[in-house]
Amino acid sequence: MTSSSQEPCCGVCTCGAKTDQKGQDRREFLAYTAGAMGVAGAAATLWPMINSMNPAADTLALSTTEVDVSGVKEGEALTVMWRGKPVFIRRRTGAEVEEAQKVDLTTLRDPQSDAERVKASSFNGQERPEWLVVVGVCTHLGCVPLGQKATDPHGEFNGWFCPCHGSQYDSSARIRKGPAPRNLDVPPYVFTDATHIRIG
Amino acid sequence: MSASERTPFKNPVIDWIDRRLPVFTFLNKEYGAFPTPKNFNYLWNFGAIAMVMLGVMILTGLFLAMNYAPSTDHAFGSVEHIMRDVNGGWLLRYMHANGASFFFIAVYIHVFRGMFYGSYKEPRELLWILGVLIMLIMMATAFMGYVLPWGQMSFWGATVITNLFSAIPVVGPSIVEWLWGGFSVDNPTLNRFFALHFLLPFVLLGVVGLHVAALHVTGSNNPTGVEPKSKKDTVPFHPYYTVKDLFGVTVFLIIYALVVFYAPNGLGEPDNYIPANPLVTPPHIVPEWYFLPFYAILRSFTIDIHLPFTSFVLISSKLGGVLLMFGAILMLLVLPWLDRSPVRSGCYRPWFRLFFALLVVDCLVLGFIGAKPPEEPFVTVGQIAAFWYFFHFLVILPLLTKFEKPRPLPASISDAVDAKKIVLLLALLLGVSATAQASESNVLPPHRPMAGWPQEGAFGTFDRAALQRGFQVYKQVCSTCHSLKLLSYRNLADLGFNEQEVKAIAAESKVTDGPNDQGEMFERPARPSDAFVKPFANDQAARAANNGALPPDLSLIVKARHGGEDYIYSLLTGFGLSPTHGEKIAEGMTFNPYFPGHQIAMPPPLQADSVTYADGTQATIEQEARDVAQFLTWAAEPKMEARKQTGARVVLFLVLFAGVLYLLKRSFWTRVH
Repeated sequence: MTSSSQEPCCGVCTCGAKTDQKGQDRREFLAYTAGAMGVAGAAATLWPMINSMNPAADTLALSTTEVDVSGVKEGEALTVMWRGKPVFIRRRTGAEVEEAQKVDLTTLRDPQSDAERVKASSFNGQERPEWLVVVGVCTHLGCVPLGQKATDPHGEFNGWFCPCHGSQYDSSARIRKGPAPRNLDVPPYVFTDATHIRIG
Repeated sequence: MSASERTPFKNPVIDWIDRRLPVFTFLNKEYGAFPTPKNFNYLWNFGAIAMVMLGVMILTGLFLAMNYAPSTDHAFGSVEHIMRDVNGGWLLRYMHANGASFFFIAVYIHVFRGMFYGSYKEPRELLWILGVLIMLIMMATAFMGYVLPWGQMSFWGATVITNLFSAIPVVGPSIVEWLWGGFSVDNPTLNRFFALHFLLPFVLLGVVGLHVAALHVTGSNNPTGVEPKSKKDTVPFHPYYTVKDLFGVTVFLIIYALVVFYAPNGLGEPDNYIPANPLVTPPHIVPEWYFLPFYAILRSFTIDIHLPFTSFVLISSKLGGVLLMFGAILMLLVLPWLDRSPVRSGCYRPWFRLFFALLVVDCLVLGFIGAKPPEEPFVTVGQIAAFWYFFHFLVILPLLTKFEKPRPLPASISDAVDAKKIVLLLALLLGVSATAQASESNVLPPHRPMAGWPQEGAFGTFDRAALQRGFQVYKQVCSTCHSLKLLSYRNLADLGFNEQEVKAIAAESKVTDGPNDQGEMFERPARPSDAFVKPFANDQAARAANNGALPPDLSLIVKARHGGEDYIYSLLTGFGLSPTHGEKIAEGMTFNPYFPGHQIAMPPPLQADSVTYADGTQATIEQEARDVAQFLTWAAEPKMEARKQTGARVVLFLVLFAGVLYLLKRSFWTRVH
């Protein structure tokens, strides 16, 4: 290169060439176009790699679980696996249902009536509030709360107690005390007949 | 470099960093202002291209490793899981599998370029030696990577290559068992190969770093082989060679993309779509194309060398072949001392140039022979070619050093005229013997139906109606004996069935599930998420019901056979012919000229009207064969349409990008030319 000028020839480099204005504009345009295309191309190449970490088709297809609840007696609970997470199915006693329905919604952190939470348990137009189905994962940081077994601690509200950071859920699995922000989630589910639930 | 030599940067953030860690000064010195000979031809792109391919391999490999299971039970299935279910998994796998080939193409051209222009000569000997080491590590990595899909070629390739070490006298067998971690290639072998296949690319990256560091000490060689004499002979690396390398890389990527999207299995062997079977060696095993020349050298050594006048075997043909094969690569380490001609570039060495061309041809011949079965005349041709390979390096190069009279060198780079012809010659290398196909003895080559296939060609798509008919044929005829275990009922949505239809089709089959609360297994109707139910509980039951012959799983049959869908179609319509050469057909077997060996245990499966098509199509044997062949093509590669569509976009983008880069490159280089 023979030029001794230190003027940059385009916006993106300092190769020190002296050229006429027209050629310089053209080069600048080409350089920016190439740069933009390079960035777009690199991003488009990276996307399939990042996307490959999302759930695969077979994982998504496995997202329903069928449960037979005919063996669950009143006051008992069943834990089943759905999408790799525990789902709590509880057949509540009349006293527990009544207790859950009586709660003043204005005192709740995540206000939701008990009827709303067990809506999907209806079968053949008949409401069945004794069946509570929730995802057994604490909405704080993902631990599994205690309370499924009679011998477990149930917290101050006769529901579930999370041993990790002390969140307490009531008999409708609503958050009442502790750091968790939301009630335990209700998964999508239906009763396919009186004693079978399909979750997901 | 001390802080006092540093030129401050205008940007205060960059300057702050650079004062503490002079990365920007370094980058500017090595890749910005770095004085580079101004007369590179396009062959000098291949170093950068190889580096880009290494990056592509490491990146795609990383994400593949996240979905791959290195165990003999799951390896093959996990690769198919990547191909079928992982988002964009087919793309990652095809990029990786073909990326290996393109990495080798780039490196081989890079190596031959170095040989022709004498880039290994003083003061670049160590640079060259590091390059040979890179090639060796690459070969080891590629070999171990090829084992991972755990197909038939993976398994038998691993068996053959590891057995090379058994040729070593005395300790050989112990070394081989150590390599295997057992008494054959098995789970421990697969596990360690996966670990090493993950590790070695990073070792490679380290050696590439040394290779580049050494390059930046001596500076690049150039087509004249004359060192730059003044500033007139060089240009700063940036922007001249950054933009030229980028352009070259993009053109290379276009070819790469065409293969990845439109012929992704063209460089592979159909046999590797058959799961590894330690009891059956494929009739004709070949390594990947990039090992073919070395494979030919291995096989060229066919005699035992005795101690003179005794029967004591000094070097067995087995050991001899192994020594020659490794020697063929290791010899390159001492190339700088075999060719001591003071003139570097082949452009000024008339005899060297001739012999170099012969060597290129010789390597192509070796590659061609490596793909052929060990029969005459291939054995003799291979031996001559192998001999010539060593003769070139060990005899011709030293003789040329002594007797060749080089043409006068130009006074400087600026005075030289570039030899463009060499570029063309080396471009031929791109067509390396990869196309050499194994000859299949006396089997009738498969033919296609008169109407061709709708899924053929760059824009071909599946004919949904034919796929549905083909599925009906599979379900009502084939599925009594043949499984389709890589498919799930949910995949049928691809054929145009809606959710309810898929559920209904699934529910027709029963799967065993459980255990239930009583600890017992129970049967339930299949759901869309279930895999296709197999006709037999296991291979033994399948053999017992079929006169000892195992009906192969059909999931990948189209990709696992030479001829693909043509083979399926020909085989299914090839019944009912009589043997032409008076062959005796064994009891329970049927003659079929398209089947290897001409005798097939499967009785003619299709009859006219063996199915009643829902859409009213006339069910002739021909029609049924066509439909089921299309269905099985889809089953083997359900993502084919997505592949071609993505391919069109990628290739179009790369062509435009290359165009812009070319114009940009020219706008800089007009100042130099």
